Parts: sequence; C-alpha cells; structure tokens
Amino acid sequence: MNAITPPALVEALALRDALPEDRPLNLSRRGLLGASLGALVLGAALRAAPARAQAAAAAAKPGTRVPAFLEIRPDGAILLKSPFVEGGQGVSTAMAQIVGEELDADPARFTVECAPPGADYLVVNGMRITGGSYSVRSSYATMRQLGASARHMLLQAAATRLGVPPESLSTAPGRVVHAASGRTLDYGALATEAAALPVPEGVALRAEKDFRWIGKPVARLDVREKSTGKATYAIDMAVEGMLQAAVQHAPRLGGEPGAIANEAAVRAMPGVHSIHRLPGAVAVVADRWWRARRAAEALEVTWTAPAAEARNALPADFSSEGMRAALAAAPGPGNAAETEGDAAAALKGAARTVEATYDAPYLAHGQLEPPSALARWNADGTLDLWLPNQAPEMFQRVAAQLAGIAPEKVRIHSPMLGGFFGRHFLYDAANPFPQAIQLAKATGRPVKLIWSREEEFLRDALRPMGLARFRAGLGADGMPVALEAEAVGEGPIGRYFGTKPGAADPSVVEGIAGKPYAIPNRRVAQVPVKHPAVIGFWRSVGHSMNDFFYEAFLDEMAEAGGQDPYALRLRLLAGKPRHKALLEAVADLSGGWKRGPYEAADGTRRARGVAMASPFGSEVATIAEVSLKGGEVVVHDVWVAIDPGRIVNPAIIEAQVNSAVALGLSSALLEEVVYADGAPQARNFDGYPILPPDRMPRVHVRIVESGAPMGGIGEPGLPGVPPAVVNAVAALTGQRIRSLPLSKTRLGAA
Amino acid sequence: MELIINGTPRRVESEADTPLLWVIRDELGMTGTKYGCGAAQCGACTVLVDGQPTRSCVTPVESVAGLPVTTIEAIGEDPVGRKVVEAWVAQQVPQCGYCQSGQVMAATALLKQTPQPSDEDIAAAMTNLCRCGTYNAIAAATRQAAQG
Ligand code: FES
Ligand code: FES
Repeated sequence: MNAITPPALVEALALRDALPEDRPLNLSRRGLLGASLGALVLGAALRAAPARAQAAAAAAKPGTRVPAFLEIRPDGAILLKSPFVEGGQGVSTAMAQIVGEELDADPARFTVECAPPGADYLVVNGMRITGGSYSVRSSYATMRQLGASARHMLLQAAATRLGVPPESLSTAPGRVVHAASGRTLDYGALATEAAALPVPEGVALRAEKDFRWIGKPVARLDVREKSTGKATYAIDMAVEGMLQAAVQHAPRLGGEPGAIANEAAVRAMPGVHSIHRLPGAVAVVADRWWRARRAAEALEVTWTAPAAEARNALPADFSSEGMRAALAAAPGPGNAAETEGDAAAALKGAARTVEATYDAPYLAHGQLEPPSALARWNADGTLDLWLPNQAPEMFQRVAAQLAGIAPEKVRIHSPMLGGFFGRHFLYDAANPFPQAIQLAKATGRPVKLIWSREEEFLRDALRPMGLARFRAGLGADGMPVALEAEAVGEGPIGRYFGTKPGAADPSVVEGIAGKPYAIPNRRVAQVPVKHPAVIGFWRSVGHSMNDFFYEAFLDEMAEAGGQDPYALRLRLLAGKPRHKALLEAVADLSGGWKRGPYEAADGTRRARGVAMASPFGSEVATIAEVSLKGGEVVVHDVWVAIDPGRIVNPAIIEAQVNSAVALGLSSALLEEVVYADGAPQARNFDGYPILPPDRMPRVHVRIVESGAPMGGIGEPGLPGVPPAVVNAVAALTGQRIRSLPLSKTRLGAA
Repeated sequence: MELIINGTPRRVESEADTPLLWVIRDELGMTGTKYGCGAAQCGACTVLVDGQPTRSCVTPVESVAGLPVTTIEAIGEDPVGRKVVEAWVAQQVPQCGYCQSGQVMAATALLKQTPQPSDEDIAAAMTNLCRCGTYNAIAAATRQAAQG
C-alpha cells in the first residue's frame, strides 16, 4: 500500500515527541495539591512521557501482541481491545471488520472496547490518538496483520490438538476445519492454547478479491444497545460509595474564587457533603448530582480578577467583535505556506483583479454528552479514572502528574463518547478530570463530576475564529492567473505544538493552501495573531472554515471573469484527473450541473452552488440546492461525491457524510460563539442554536474508490458544505456572504 | 412520594421540585435517559408521562406522582416500542447514540398516538436535537416503524 499522509495533528505529535528531553515544560511537576490545574496542554502532556520511548521499551512492536488485543471466549464471542475510542464514527465496527477479515471471524461476533493505556496500543505512528480522521487508515495494515497472526495461532493450536500438520487445516468463520477428516474445532475451544503460542511474523494476508467484510456495508455493532438505552457513557458510570459533584466556574477565565457569601447556608442544603475551592472554580460534592448542581449554582462567589501572571486569563474587555477587528487589522504579508510562480508580479500584470475578505466565528463543539469524570483513589495508592478522552496515554500522563503518582498507577477507562468532534483532547481549563481527582482526594470517596451544559459552554475549547484576505488576478480570457491569500489568526497546531519560526501553522492555512486548481502564480500565507480564548480542534479543523473562504472566493473570481463556477473549476482541474472525475461525479449525482436560479416543481425559486475540498487525505466535491423562506436560506439537497481512495465500510461512510453535512450546515447557518466582556454570551442551546431536524437537507452520497492511498472519513464531508451553500445563495440572490453564520444576514431574492 | 416507573410503583425521597430526569438517573439508577441540556432544548431526556413525550429535565418529579412514566428501559415491553427499535436497528440510525434514547421515546409516542403519520406529523413530533445529524435516518426509521 502507498504511504498515507498523516494529518497535521499527528505530524505535530511526532515532532513534539522528537524534541530533546530537557526542553522546558509548561506543566507543573508539583504534586496534586500545589499543581497548576490550568497548565495542562496537549503538547506538554505528550512531551512529558514520549510515547515512543514507552513503545521502544516494550517487548513487542505496537499492534502485534495478539493476546493484548483479542480474547476469544469459549462460546466464540470475541473481545477486541481497540486502540481507538468509539464516538459515533463507527471505528469499533471498522476494527472488527479489519481484524475479522483476517482472523476469519464474523464481525458481528465481536465486542469492541477502547483499550487501556499501554505500549501495545500505540499503533498511530508510534502514538495513539483518535482524531484527524486517521484511525482506520493509520492502523489498517497493522490490524489486518494482527488478525492474520491470530488466525495462524489458532491453526497451530488446532494442529497440535488434532495431531495433523497445520497445512492440512483451513478455517471457516469462527472455526478451524480439517477437511480430510471432516473434523472442526471452534475458535472458542482453541483460544487458551492459541494465546499461549508465540506470535508469528509475516503471516500472509488474505487476497483483497476474497474480502467478505472489508469494503462491505457491515452493520455497526453498537446500534441495538444505542437504540435501547443500554449504551453507557462516562456520564453514566457509577462505582460503590461514589459521591457526585458540580462546579461553578469563574465567568471570566483566569478569575479565582474569593469570598463565598452563603457557604454555611449552602452546606446545609439537602444532600450536600462538602464545598471546595478549586483553581478557577468552586465545587459542591453531594450524594446526588442534582443536589450538587443546585448547591453549586446557589453559591454566591466573589470572583477575583485574574492575577497578572495567570495563564490563559481572558482580558476583561475581550470580545469576539473586537477579535474580528484585530484579525482584520493585522497586516501581512505573514509566513508563507505555499508559493508558486510570482503572484505579486502576476497580479500587477493582470487584466483585472478581485479582492475580498472572509471571516468565520468561534464555534463550540456542542457534543450532546456533557463532559464528566469519575475519579476513584484506591487503597493501594492507585487511581481509576473514567472519562471521555481521545488519547488515553496523554490523559494518563497528565492525571499522574496532577495526582503526584506514577503513570502506571493511573488506570484510564475510556467509555464510548456521546459525540466528540475534537472536544476530548487535553485543553487548558477545558477538562473536568483534574477537578474530579482533586475532589476525590479531598473527600476520600470516589467522585463523579459532571459539568452542566452551562459550564460546558463556559469552558469549551473553541474552534478558532478565522479571517482570510484574498486578491486574485484574471487574464483577459477571464482565467485566474494569480492568487494571494492571507489567513489571519492562530490554530490548535500552533497553539499546542508550536511552529518553526517563520513557518505557517498548517491548521490555519489548510484548505487555502493545498488546493488542486491550476492557478500558476500563488502565495498563501498565515498572518499570526494569537487568540486570547482557549482554542481547540473541531471537526475538520482549519478546513472547517478555510474551504469556505477559498471556494466562495473562487466563485467571485468566476463571476469577475464571466465564467460559470462549475465550468471554471473543471478548466482549472484539467490536469488533475482524480479531482476532475470527482467534480463530474457530483454533478452527475445531482442530475447534471445547473446553477440557476430556476423554478422548482413546488414553485420555489432555487439555485445551486458547488465546492471542492481536499481534507484529511480524501477528496470531496459538494453541490447544494437552496431557496429562501422569510429571509432565511432553506437547503433542500446536498450531493456529496467523496473519494477516500479505498474504503472499509460504505454504510459508515454514508452515515459519516450525513453527519458531516449536518455539522457543516449547522456552522454555515447558525453557529457563533459570541464573547463580550471576557465571557461567552450563550450558555445553552437556546443561545447557541444548532441544526434542528427541520433544517436538515436530503443528503446524497456517491463513494468513488480511486485506489489512491486511504484517506479519512469522519471529517472530510464537512468543509464543502458551507461554501456550496453560500455559493448557491449568491446564485439565487446576488448577495455574496463573506461572514458566517448566514443567520446574521437577512437574505432577499435578487 | 410514589412514582409509577415502567409499571412498577417506586417510592422516592428526592425533593419535590427535583427534575424527573435526575430522580430516574440518580435515585433510581436508570441511566438510559440522558442529560443533554437540562433546559428543554435537546430532548435527550424524553420519557413518556401518561403516553405523552415529556422532557424530564424540566419536569418536577412531584408533577408526575401517580402517573405512569415510561423510560427507554421498558421500550422492549411495548409492541410499538419494539417496532421502533427494530426500525432503528434496520436503518442503522444511531451514531454516537447519546440522543437516541430520547429519539426512540419520541417516535414511540408519535406512533402510539398516530400509527400512520404523514411526513408533516413526523416533522412536527420529532423535534429532538442530534449533534451527529442522524435526522434523515430518524425520519426514515420512523416511517419504517409505521409500516412495519
Ligand atoms: S436534557 Fe432535557 S431537553 Fe435537553
Ligand atoms: S447520535 Fe449523536 S447526538 Fe444523536
């Protein structure tokens, strides 16, 4: 298989991992009581314990030691400890398909759970994260080999048991077959002997043409339990003797609790066990969560202003409006990310030029399960933690530092996630587990801390606000000859891993750089401007806004050059057969390209927009059809052609594209985190609306398997949606929307 | 106070104004009903009270004393509920799954009241949020359950 390109996040992790040991850490090394709970950063967490070193120290290469991954029960049920956490993206089922294919076991017999921290599970370039739409493609070869090794061990065990040469044996799903004698042995009956055998190397893999499960729409394993309320998430966990906790955070990040006016009265409220001052928050521990929450909200706290040296303190006058102005005012030319030809000279010589500035707001993750953490200190000095996370080893390392114990004394349990979209990495002040550890220590009891939805909106790590300035030059024939783009701001890669001096942060420019169009002279740069707010990864990261900026501006270029936007894209992709075929595929899927406006069968006036994106190793082309109703856009249909190169489960891909379309549309239509006076203004979904069912369009998906290296699935469906919708709105109304969300603008028919 | 949860009388001692959601989850230990917003915004906490879909996060427990409350844990005991679950499985509706207890309860309530709903009926009844965007699958499964 060809090499696949890791996403920026994985590259950044690898880079961080390679840094010398003596690099200073931002993380406090003091134990729990004095620890700076605010000083948690993703990069430092990883840096503090290079995962690679752990892996090197282990006996086996990650992803090879069969018994660490597979347990076959006497009844033939198979437990797979997956390196990845399931949060709706279908990765557990994909792992069962991949392993089952080689093991020769029906994926339906699998139970998949997220593995605990351990060197065996560092299968993502020697590390482990669930993110970057990278799980399946990064581990595909490893997990296939693992399944093949396990099958080989079962064959060996059967050969010994039956006293026949292994070559005389074959398998059928779930059992070993001795064709000559007609004898069969179920895997379950062989599992113990097989597990004791050495893991073989280089076992031959099944031929792709013989695949029964890889590439097929295998049913997801967790659908029934999720349809009957039986699936359990971190928020549902309970252990004996557990108390529950709720917090009230400082409204402005960096503030600390001062006087509490009614502490005695709150302590007397029903069920209240104790009241605690935490860094940046107060907490109430009670027998039940509602009692804890009501008491925590009742606390009348005087919050002190952030100390001068407080980490991540938000200025009192911080506002999203002010931030947008700051981004707009930041001068270029910035740090180049992509340079081709001589854009400046070509712009001077162009027959005409087009200029525009685009922006997109801060966004919240809004995963439906509010964050929680359950911490239990054990008599032997170990600590159990149940918590939503996308990177168990990193959480283990930071938890250990906060707890003042060795990492191997921290057991991380990673339940199924009630949505994540990038929410559950380590971010400054955005994870409940440091508070839970501290509360469990202080009370001497297991404590489950749940953040209310309001506290979650207060402390979520935001998709950064972004702004991009474009200048394009067109030739006399209307074709683009030059493009200059400056993406202004800061991204999560730069924030948590740093960038080399003078280099652009990939998470700020991705989706503006790396476009496939043949524009001969280009310069794409990042103008760095720091965000005072805590920022994070959000489904499709920089692509979530940058492809909107770029593809909408490309439509502006088309218009200035008197060209149809679809035809212009086709011409600019003449030398890119994979992209051109995909663009034609989405046009075909939609019944042939037509921009409009035109009248639909129901009498509404409609128009369509098109956009392309190249996110996370996959290629995507998107068309949206819109009309207007009462000044708001109605999106009727979204057609998506996606080329992930090669696939594991087409049904999961279709589901993920639906999901990504919903989130992309939600961001285009509705979402915006507004800060004023240093605090977010919305604290629940009433103030931060997300896509409701009645605004969901029909979604049509075509999967194109070009045979290119396997790309990602969870995120790539998103970036094309906002520009396709905005371009359709422009076709319908003549209004060119350059600032999201669309709900800020009242739209009128042209 | 006495509640009737899934047909069984249960004595509870939570304060009278405690939301039904937290009595179910914490005092009765049934965690299939989910907390998403606590503010009647999302519907993750939907249960049936006397057959009506009800957002239990804003329903004081005292207001349902003596009324039959059905939670997702009893979905298999109801013929309509079983049909809804089978349709949910057939259509592979859930993604993260967190909203789906509430979605299944809302669909069950709809189909018990309106066994043959129009698309408009479905749109009017199925208003719970899903951050994973499973809305099209939810509508398809609701239609399928009505037919099945
Ligand atoms: S939790 Fe009740 S409506 Fe959201
Ligand atoms: S399936 Fe995730 S919120 Fe609905």
